[in-house]
Amino acid sequence: MERYYQPEIECASREQIKAWQDERLVKQVRHVWDNVPYYRKKMEEKGLTPDDIRSSDDLYKLPFVTKADLREAYPYGLVAKPLKECVRIQSTSGTTGKRVVAFYTQHDIDLWEDCCARAIMAAGGTDEDVCQVSYGYGLFTGGPGLNGGSHKVGCLTIPTSSGNTERQIMFIQDLNATILCCTPSYAAYIGETMKEMGLAPEQIPLKAGIFGAEAWSEEMRQDIQNTLGIKAYDIYGLTELSGPGVSFECSAQSGMHINEDHFIAEIIDPDTGEVLPEGSKGELVFTSITKEAFPLLRYRTRDICMLTREKCSCGRTHVKMCKPMGRSDDMLIIRGVNVFPSQIETVLLNHGYPANYQIVVDRVKSTDTLDVQVEMTPEMFTDNMGEIDRRQRELVDGLRSMLGLAAKVTLVAPKSIVRSEGKAVRVIDKRKI
Amino acid sequence: MSIKQISVFLENVPGALYAMTGVLAQNKIDMRAFTLAEASDFGIARIIVDDLYKTTTVLKDAGYVHSISDVLGVVIPDSPGGLNRVLQALTDAQVNVEYMYVFLGHKTTGSAYMIFKVADIAAASAALAARGIRTIEQEELEKL
Ligand SMILES: [Zn+2]
Repeated sequence: MERYYQPEIECASREQIKAWQDERLVKQVRHVWDNVPYYRKKMEEKGLTPDDIRSSDDLYKLPFVTKADLREAYPYGLVAKPLKECVRIQSTSGTTGKRVVAFYTQHDIDLWEDCCARAIMAAGGTDEDVCQVSYGYGLFTGGPGLNGGSHKVGCLTIPTSSGNTERQIMFIQDLNATILCCTPSYAAYIGETMKEMGLAPEQIPLKAGIFGAEAWSEEMRQDIQNTLGIKAYDIYGLTELSGPGVSFECSAQSGMHINEDHFIAEIIDPDTGEVLPEGSKGELVFTSITKEAFPLLRYRTRDICMLTREKCSCGRTHVKMCKPMGRSDDMLIIRGVNVFPSQIETVLLNHGYPANYQIVVDRVKSTDTLDVQVEMTPEMFTDNMGEIDRRQRELVDGLRSMLGLAAKVTLVAPKSIVRSEGKAVRVIDKRKI
Repeated sequence: MSIKQISVFLENVPGALYAMTGVLAQNKIDMRAFTLAEASDFGIARIIVDDLYKTTTVLKDAGYVHSISDVLGVVIPDSPGGLNRVLQALTDAQVNVEYMYVFLGHKTTGSAYMIFKVADIAAASAALAARGIRTIEQEELEKL
């Protein structure tokens, strides 16, 4: 039986959702106009006043906000509430450039935790469950968000944070954790370690996992589901918008329901900025319509995605987004060919290699080179050199047909590629060093 | 009729082999035979040891991927053309030799030994036995 945290919202009629969005957007635009000079200036540059935004149908008129805007406005430039009303900041991992710092009022935190609670219940969670939160706690939103959501559902919450895998496993076993929240790569690592310890999936008390904060493929989902004996659910979010829980998967495990009472999603053409019709592939743009301290209007996520309003078997009515097909930031251009790391991951898993890999891009004599480093596993190792060589060549062929270009495959020692407890470092682009 | 060989995956980076032999030395494991096969970007160290169980445990703990296979430890007749006689026997029996390498430990016996990886262990053993060529057993390794 499908469970909902807020059924009257999650299963509301499309008309009701539209009515919420209309009312909240109008109010939000007025709020930023009155309180954020940075927004007012951007709107004035487009000749707009709050009176031009009468419903969500007028959203397209508003200017975009990009990561560059957030950096420019750092730290207080986009804050829409007096600091004395703000109670928390969270921050992005900041792999490139300056960190983004997002501000929250108590009300913002409350709504964010509601979104995470919806995700946990969509994964089958109830107050009978023991929920282990192995996302990092601290500036990263993963830990605090799911922790709050877990409390709201009434789960017994184990705030292990990330790291210390032995202790993670000890708590899962000793306290009978039924739900695991962490990054998919860490879930895979925990699964791998449990397997090494000789634990069969049916000996592991976990029944569901909520995994997000990095891209993962459908093959990786199958892998994690099989080793841990669970159902693995995707969750999506951005610190800029609140954190995890902007959207989440339901029992259908095919796309994530966007919490449309808090966020309006659009798909745009990344080159022209034009809004594309439903079902088109393009860049995902979000407007947070309930956020008080750090509202974002038309924030460009750089995630390439698709939306669908097709009826979902779970009963929720909110629009679904597919797994992001890649980030326009992550996309590598190698010898003129667009390559997404997720494509490489798919090929590796299809050939029996672990999803732990590193991509090294370099330029030798003005030609780009692509080296995919893969860890040798006990399953893939044999004393027969010719056999290893054959598998390696098959992998090279698989990569060539997926990517449309030649890659070198290097086999490296087990566990030599740094495991991530936060986000994985998958790509080393030496052309930029 | 056969003995166990451990094959260890090594990355082709400086010091990889030294690191592995270091692990074995620290754990006082005596290597009786050793050879290294190299491809362009990785290698396989093949070793015969006195204590199979201890070695595989130690390697696993140190994070090495390894596999175990059956090989023949052949006593090379102590006469001119000794190795030739062994190969003759295997050729006549149409047993394919995948690779072979020399055995290090013969402290007491004075005999020479070689390790043979063959496609068909049973056929090879029979062919050698028929020519009076001896192969060693796993238990004998400890005494050598
Ligand atoms: Zn659904």
